Amino acid sequence: MRFLNHMTFGQYIPTESLIHRLDPRCKILATTLLLTGIFLADHAVVYILWGVALIVLAGASKLPIRMVLGSARPVLILVLFTGLLHLFFTDGTPLVSVGPLVITREGIRLAAAMSFRLVFLVLFASFLTLTTSPMELADGIESLFSPLVRFGFPAHELAMMMTISLRFIPTLLDETDRIMKAQIARGAMLDQGNFFRRLQSFLPVLIPLFVIVFQRAEDLAVAMESRCYKGGSGRTRMNPLCWKNSDSFALLGVALGIVLVECADRNLSWFVTPLL
Amino acid sequence: MSIVVSALGYTYHPGTPLETVALEDISFQLEPGQWISVVGHTGSGKSTLAQHLNGLLPPQRGSVEVDGIPCRKGEGRLREIRRIVGLVFQYPEQQLFAETVFDEISYAPRNWSCPEQEVERRVRTAAERLGIPEATFQRSPFHFSGGEKRKIAIASVLAASPRYLVLDEPTAGLDTTSRKELLALLKELRSSEGLGILLITHDLEMALEMSSRILLLHEGRRFFWGTPDELLPELTERNAVRLAPPDILALSSRLLSRGCSVPLTWDWETLANALNRDPSFILRKNEADECAS
Repeated sequence: MRFLNHMTFGQYIPTESLIHRLDPRCKILATTLLLTGIFLADHAVVYILWGVALIVLAGASKLPIRMVLGSARPVLILVLFTGLLHLFFTDGTPLVSVGPLVITREGIRLAAAMSFRLVFLVLFASFLTLTTSPMELADGIESLFSPLVRFGFPAHELAMMMTISLRFIPTLLDETDRIMKAQIARGAMLDQGNFFRRLQSFLPVLIPLFVIVFQRAEDLAVAMESRCYKGGSGRTRMNPLCWKNSDSFALLGVALGIVLVECADRNLSWFVTPLL
Repeated sequence: MSIVVSALGYTYHPGTPLETVALEDISFQLEPGQWISVVGHTGSGKSTLAQHLNGLLPPQRGSVEVDGIPCRKGEGRLREIRRIVGLVFQYPEQQLFAETVFDEISYAPRNWSCPEQEVERRVRTAAERLGIPEATFQRSPFHFSGGEKRKIAIASVLAASPRYLVLDEPTAGLDTTSRKELLALLKELRSSEGLGILLITHDLEMALEMSSRILLLHEGRRFFWGTPDELLPELTERNAVRLAPPDILALSSRLLSRGCSVPLTWDWETLANALNRDPSFILRKNEADECAS
């Protein structure tokens, strides 16, 4: 039984690659651009281009593509649910009717577009966490939001919260895996029966997990306070961020790529029917 | 009737940058009434091995058989294996969830579809063995101390009446008295009910004291397999495993160096080597010999 071993969402995988060495601010900005590009895409063909881009990025970061794709696994149910909602509840030209439910041409397009968007959104976001350590990510976010501090924006606190959340994803997955195994060893059947039965059988996993989460949160708060943590003001860094030429080139490359894809997307309208 | 592990191998995240060989070519046999201790430092593959014995992890290489039942994915008999082999995880008190102590202990027998009368009998027997009074049955398990919570968790595994018990560092975080009580209970279970026990521990002293056989793991490989008497001479060549020699040996050496008479199974050189080849120890020994003469 593999349990949660395949979960890679939110994890950092250190490898010696060019992408890993990039400044976290560059990677955050590039990811934001990529996500914007994904939401601008209208044609199915463009999503293929995004898929190719993901494969190229995975290769450049020396991460197995299976591992990158595996990060979308936790949201597949959400994707399926969203897809079905759009499929059955979108007005338009009716194609097939199943009882009271009607599948329309527009519904199929919208379901496909929303599913692609959600999957690529998660894939690119998790690619950022796979190639950037939580500490670097926090430093990057704090640095990017630092101009807003003068207007009272809590940049450091936001970065710290994100770091802690990301840092604890693998830990909580490990804990969940351990508790699941402990209950299965006591004869629990977590993967059998209908939806409600499964939900009920998960209570012996969820209750200890909540207890552990609160305990860990308490421990972390005490540990931070005992080391005189007092927020962002006056804090110095052991490794200050340093923007290099390679970061500028990488960001420029991503921006150029998105512009090219977007141009292609708009010109495709003459040949192919868009999804949206 | 035994657990037979043959050439067992397991790799985490194969084909990824996180690939880690946790176990390689591990073979041994655990019979009812036998006590095996698996010793090794952190990351040596002890916990991965424990999960194989209970069918939680199917072997990637080699095989595991529990009383003749092969532990393989898709065989449909994994639940049978889990019923035969009780597994107590590290810090088992963290798996508690039920509203009352009774419900917690009865979780396993109820999962195995035991009739309610039988469930009650098993809960009472397991609680009695662990020294959990009946008066506490309706209390929440979360209101007990750490040691008591662990007793409740172990009772819930024992209530399933397993033939073999695999315990992953059961004494971690316990005070000396609770530790001794737990070990005494395990000893008693082994002798009275013929339970086969596999104990995973860092504590070499405990392994030497309790086990009929010791399996020493290092980086997922079998470094030593034999009786406690055979282990000490082996430690001479096994310094790579970085296990601290038992305190009792250090104490023996100090007593010997002061000219006291200590009965030893091993010769001076073996003892010195087991204590990380401390040359000053040999020196003191020579001085002691001179004093004695």
